[in-house]
Amino acid sequence: MFTHIPNYPQIEKIETGILGFDLISSGGLPKGRTTLVSGTAGSAKTLFAVQFLAEGILRSGDTGVFVTFEEEPADIRRNVKSLGWDIETWEAAGKWLFVDASPEPGEDQVESGRYDLGALLARIEHAVARIGAARLSMDSLGAIFAQFRDAAIVRSELFRIAYVLRQLKVTSIMTSERTQEYGEIGRFGVEEFVADNVVILRNVLEDEKRRRTMEILKYRGTSHQKGEFPFTIVSGRGILAMPLSAMELNQKSSNVRISSGNDELDAMCGGGFFRDSIILASGATGTGKTLITTEFLNGGAKHGERCLLFAFEESREQLFRNAEGWGIDFETMEASGLLKVVCAYPEAASLEDHLIEMKDIIENFKPDRIAVDSLSAMERVATPRGFREFVISLTSFIKHQEVAGLFTSTTPTLMGGVSVTETHISTLTDSIILLRYVETNGSMRRGLTVLKMRGSIHDKDILEFTIDSSGMHLGAPFLHVTGILAGNPRDASFGSHIE
Amino acid sequence: MDLATQYLLKLFVAGRSARTEQAIANLRGLCEGEFPGNYELVIIDVLLQPAIAEAMKILATPTLIKEGPLPVRRIIGDFSDKEKVLAGIGLLAR
Repeated sequence: MFTHIPNYPQIEKIETGILGFDLISSGGLPKGRTTLVSGTAGSAKTLFAVQFLAEGILRSGDTGVFVTFEEEPADIRRNVKSLGWDIETWEAAGKWLFVDASPEPGEDQVESGRYDLGALLARIEHAVARIGAARLSMDSLGAIFAQFRDAAIVRSELFRIAYVLRQLKVTSIMTSERTQEYGEIGRFGVEEFVADNVVILRNVLEDEKRRRTMEILKYRGTSHQKGEFPFTIVSGRGILAMPLSAMELNQKSSNVRISSGNDELDAMCGGGFFRDSIILASGATGTGKTLITTEFLNGGAKHGERCLLFAFEESREQLFRNAEGWGIDFETMEASGLLKVVCAYPEAASLEDHLIEMKDIIENFKPDRIAVDSLSAMERVATPRGFREFVISLTSFIKHQEVAGLFTSTTPTLMGGVSVTETHISTLTDSIILLRYVETNGSMRRGLTVLKMRGSIHDKDILEFTIDSSGMHLGAPFLHVTGILAGNPRDASFGSHIE
Repeated sequence: MDLATQYLLKLFVAGRSARTEQAIANLRGLCEGEFPGNYELVIIDVLLQPAIAEAMKILATPTLIKEGPLPVRRIIGDFSDKEKVLAGIGLLAR
């Protein structure tokens, strides 16, 4: 086992309740310590600070103190209402307490000689004692530096506050501004020395697309996941991170075979797909990907399995009409509760939001098999990196459900080639089915091959197939053609002559 | 005695340290010099009365609030720079 490292003193952590963050941080924030959360304007620092307290109240019954240096409490109360958090109610119940250190508008303050922030510290200690706070958020450090001329005093007082919070065993967050996404941790160059732990929130514009990520930069004496993890903000839930590498590869694999919905294809795959496997069907437009999907769903419903289809290319009407054309009745399947079809435009939301939506639907519908037609449509709305993370995350999630997943991918060229989807997903999938156009002697035919079938023998031929009103029919192999997969079919029958 | 020029001063300190006493001495000396007997100085220890500090939104100690005559002014520090204190109170109009 790799998980247990002996003689390594682990600092106790408390789960923040911020979905995904607890995975990335291997259990949450270090208990009784101060963590710096740094980010540029609009990187959701305040939200993180608020959510840390809100989740404490909602999940673990932890009370929390919110020290605001910037926004007035009334603004914060109002701003987070849409996320479903009613701070006023918590205040009335003695679960939430504001320490209002926001600047007084229009009042300038004269400095004469030495001072410290003893009053602020006294107020914080008083607030923590009054409600027995286990959590505390301070937002944000830049705003308190702005209120005083002497940055050295503010810095040493922040040290003192962090020290006192540690004595009080309060787990706390301090937020801080950065001027650039990649550069020094905080604007004042001292923030990272105030806290033992540093979390960076980013909001990067990449190829005209906004991408939010979080990264744990420093976690003194305790383990965490490295690198940037995308997150999104969902109404009613707040920050949701999607850790990819935090997902464990502990999916069970089963030897139970399920039908692809097509007997001939089942035979090619050595008796059907495996129940807990991900299958990728790749091909140019019109090669039969939606047909394979439709038969896959039909094969499930026939055996009383619950089938879920995410369609990103075609409308509901088109899908139902297509199915009818191949002799499959989606209406009846849907009426019996065995089929759920979810159509969405890729452009309608960000990939992160799509992913969360899809996970919600999967968790609620509890399907036995899932099809995504097509996965590659999602390439349009994301950067290559964002798309890769989406695919990995979705694949891991489906594998975790221990159900079968069929993804389709449209190749950019008609005669073969590789799509980005294939590049990202091929190692994650258990099986790959390639669909290709084959041009021979002035006619266009269709070919299918099973390129990969993890843990099973499969037919390696490239079979010709036809499509009619009863679906897909596999025929004989293309014996005298080479270069089909490369998209460059050539006549290989040297001895033959054209009649 | 002219009530209009009666100075109402609130001084917030954190505990009674030597530095606190020095600040109080500086302030008293300044008041006696500028408006002897014509001021009221209330000293509030934020360690004993944090709720008042919260209500008045005090961050730094020492903080002096001149509540009267209007306008209300805030001065922080140990009042070692007399000119600044007087300017802050509004006695030195510039």
